[in-house]
Amino acid sequence: MGSSANQDNVASLATDFYSLLESFKETPFYHLLFEIFLVLTVLWLILFRKPRRIEKKLTEKEKQELIDEWQPEPLVPPVDANHPALNVRVLDGIVGKTIEIDGKKSLNFATFNFLNFVGNPRIADKAIQAVQKYGVGSCGPRGFYGTIDIHLELEERLAHFFNCEEGIIYSYGFSTVASIIPAYSKRNDILFVDEGVHYAIQKGVEASRSTVKWFRHNDISDLERLLAEQDIHDKKNPKKARTLRRFLIIEGLYMNYGDLCPLPRMVELKYQYKYRIFMDESVSFGTIGQTGRGVTEYYNIDRRKIDLISSSLEYSVGSIGGFAVGSSFVVDHQRLSAQGYCFSASLPPLLAAAAIEALNIMEEKDTTLCDTLMEKSKRLHRKLLDIKGYLIVGEDISPLKHLRLTNSQNTVARLEEIVEFAQTRGITITVARYLNDEHHLPEPSIRLILNVEMTDEELEFLCTVLQEARVKVTV
Amino acid sequence: MAKTSAHQKNKSYSNAVYATPVSEHPSLDEVYEVTPFSEAFWTYLNYVILNIFGWFRDLLRNARIENRKGSAENNPPGFVPLYQSYESFYTRNVYQRIADCFNRPIGSVPGATLDLLERVTDDYNWSFRFTGGKVKTINLASYNYLGFANNSGPIAENVINSIKTSGLTAASTTQEFGTLTQHRKLESLLAEYLGTEDAIAFGMGFATNALNIPTLVGKKNDSFQSLAINKTKLLYLKGCLILSDELNHASLVLGARLSGAVIKVYKHNDMNHLERLLRESIISGQPRTHRMWKKILIIVEGVYSMEGSLCKLPELIELKKKYRAYLYLDEAHSIGAMGLRGRGVVDYWKCDVNDVDILMGTFTKSFAAAGGYIAGKKDLIDHIRVTSHSAAYATSMSPPVVEQIVSVLNLLLDNDEEHEGRQRINQLAWNARYFRQRLTKMGFIVYGHPHSPVVPALLYSPSKIAAFNREMLKRGVAVVTVGFPATPLVLGRVRFCLSASHTKEMLDEVLKHAEEVGDLLNMRKSKLNPKRPFHETES
Repeated sequence: MGSSANQDNVASLATDFYSLLESFKETPFYHLLFEIFLVLTVLWLILFRKPRRIEKKLTEKEKQELIDEWQPEPLVPPVDANHPALNVRVLDGIVGKTIEIDGKKSLNFATFNFLNFVGNPRIADKAIQAVQKYGVGSCGPRGFYGTIDIHLELEERLAHFFNCEEGIIYSYGFSTVASIIPAYSKRNDILFVDEGVHYAIQKGVEASRSTVKWFRHNDISDLERLLAEQDIHDKKNPKKARTLRRFLIIEGLYMNYGDLCPLPRMVELKYQYKYRIFMDESVSFGTIGQTGRGVTEYYNIDRRKIDLISSSLEYSVGSIGGFAVGSSFVVDHQRLSAQGYCFSASLPPLLAAAAIEALNIMEEKDTTLCDTLMEKSKRLHRKLLDIKGYLIVGEDISPLKHLRLTNSQNTVARLEEIVEFAQTRGITITVARYLNDEHHLPEPSIRLILNVEMTDEELEFLCTVLQEARVKVTV
Repeated sequence: MAKTSAHQKNKSYSNAVYATPVSEHPSLDEVYEVTPFSEAFWTYLNYVILNIFGWFRDLLRNARIENRKGSAENNPPGFVPLYQSYESFYTRNVYQRIADCFNRPIGSVPGATLDLLERVTDDYNWSFRFTGGKVKTINLASYNYLGFANNSGPIAENVINSIKTSGLTAASTTQEFGTLTQHRKLESLLAEYLGTEDAIAFGMGFATNALNIPTLVGKKNDSFQSLAINKTKLLYLKGCLILSDELNHASLVLGARLSGAVIKVYKHNDMNHLERLLRESIISGQPRTHRMWKKILIIVEGVYSMEGSLCKLPELIELKKKYRAYLYLDEAHSIGAMGLRGRGVVDYWKCDVNDVDILMGTFTKSFAAAGGYIAGKKDLIDHIRVTSHSAAYATSMSPPVVEQIVSVLNLLLDNDEEHEGRQRINQLAWNARYFRQRLTKMGFIVYGHPHSPVVPALLYSPSKIAAFNREMLKRGVAVVTVGFPATPLVLGRVRFCLSASHTKEMLDEVLKHAEEVGDLLNMRKSKLNPKRPFHETES
């Protein structure tokens, strides 16, 4: 029984084997070759290929060696002891229209005191009253009992001054715009930023982590080119484009250049390409426009078309801090999401009281202050144009002007010499100071700031001194 | 000087017998009781119900059945909406319900007592109306640790004088014409007070962190131009590492992010985790390239204001020395408030101030002014003077504020036990211990270090946050209650800030009210310290 089964098995095996051999004859030649090649490869892999060495983990000894070897850099690099920041002039007394340096009085064309509110007795009185009512510090952030009624009053007054729905104040000028931009613009949003904006805006833009598109300073055609490019990009992916917010960040009057932004055209483009405008009016508040309400008043544009206007209380107003005004819908968001507002102590009440009084004075004087300032700026501009050898950068109505030497003579060293010489003659001016990592470092210049109370003779004197200085320096 | 201290003695140091000098050893035990299961359960349920209601109300609002309160966007069509709808879901439906607990306006000095402006709402917290009345409350909310928030007295006189002689602002940056003699005086006094070589002061505490951390561990300076005024070649090099505590303040986080360095977060006060991270980081080097790190900076705070905990400074210094890292200590809440002589946590732990590389602090809390400072070795401060964003672009500090700080420093530098400075420090230390002990014995779950001036008691759920706040206000006590997102989701709390100007009677009154409200809200459920009535906790 078994043997016959075995025999059957063997027989079936034999026939299978035979049919296998037969099929071999029928296969095409290339198939055979391919099979042989595969078999050879497998043999090679098994027998001849060297196995990959598995990386051994570091031993404790090796780890300790690495730790022992590691040496950090020194915490700070060495600093040149002659750096101007380490040898600043230390002043005494009120830094108003005149300053006292080394016992001598000189005319002050260096500090941001446009409307000469520094040292104003009315403002000082109000500040003293505030100290007598509230003390000095507010001892808390706005969310936790740091909101004092005087802050609310200042916010209302600012909103009223600008004819906007709501205002919000910050305790530090630098962090105003640097906190505002990240509060609205998040990671994938698009920011169109002018190259000449000042450092605080650059930091705000960096902190927002959005996509930034820089356009050449005040160059509308460059902006239009960028907008058109973005438009093409959007049309390829409309679903995504509907979730990306776009913002245009500009200044009213640029601190680094002294010129105005071409606002009317930018507002037109706003409705064409659907972006929002955030304008920083730190320098133009109180100085441009008939009543000091800024660039929107100068160009006669409806302020509701600008989504947010941010500014500083440290320049014309003569206090400390910053603020933003706009519609309630836009401004209210900052109360919960602007870092410099939520996580920082509020403005000391005496500075808020000073700002309110300054606003009072501005509203009383109505057009006289700013008109006078614009007139004097124009006059100064004409006088400066008469001096040979200087390049004046800035609008004629701007009280902030940049002075450069012509062609290749414009170096920091020469400008510093001019400043030194002017100081000996009783005029205080300053070279504009920048940090190295500005996005678009402006060329060296002297920043001239006009105080509204400067008389014509004083302006003449300034021009005379500048002329003499230039002659002395370029000889 | 003697006259004023006697005057102060009569006013607020009637309980002089209760103000013993702080002589005990620094303590290492901090207690964090485990969240009771029932509390966690009810809190989560709370949030679920809030979410359901929120979703439902949003539905009604979208269908225009309910009026949209709050300002509506009036932009022309075609613009992308300014805010994502889910970002404001929490604001509309959770925060808005308890919005009356926050942003309360005050109308007086934020001292030991506070005058709140009474406000009512007609439409469930969407808008408020002032009635014109004032509510007098005991103030356990302001950061007034040493009680220097005063509107009269010799310090206020100094401030008023300085307004007359120096104006309110120099309207110029520190590197140009903003440095006055007062600023230099402040910096030298500060260096003397802290025991460092030099110090530099800024106008805002938040900005001190956010604008100066990038100058210490910044990224490579690609846009270096030869026309630059800064003659120093800035050697910012990519490849720095920041190890930051989990619960660090927003300003430290922002500064770290702006610097561009790699950031690793370690668990709060967990020195083992920190050491593991240090070892692993040094061994494996920078991500991807495995090059060595250029610098490692450990960022910690002295007192963490939401937890009430202290950093473990001796262990940190040991770790720092072992691995050659640098230590950045943010003493916003601890300067003036901790330590035998009020010099901060370094004084409290009796460590050497030269071991901490960068000491930072603010003037808003103990000094009742505004601003921040950084102190350390002279070459560090020189570097910051040259490269700080704030020194180059921001207006210098306002002279009256500087005068306030200088006057306070003069008082605090005086080591005489009888004089005002030391008396205040001792009073604060006594107040902090007393309040915390009694609160704990009454059965509240209290977090934090036994000697910290910040005392957080746990509430857990968002409804209790609002209820505690409102109930205490009814009884005349102003407190700060916080929930998500400043704290973890389940751990809402009330945070008491003690002050040297609180008398024992005021603290007892607050404790009695807290007992009542605690019972009303069923808060006194500590298992470590079973609840006892107020009169039994005196010891």
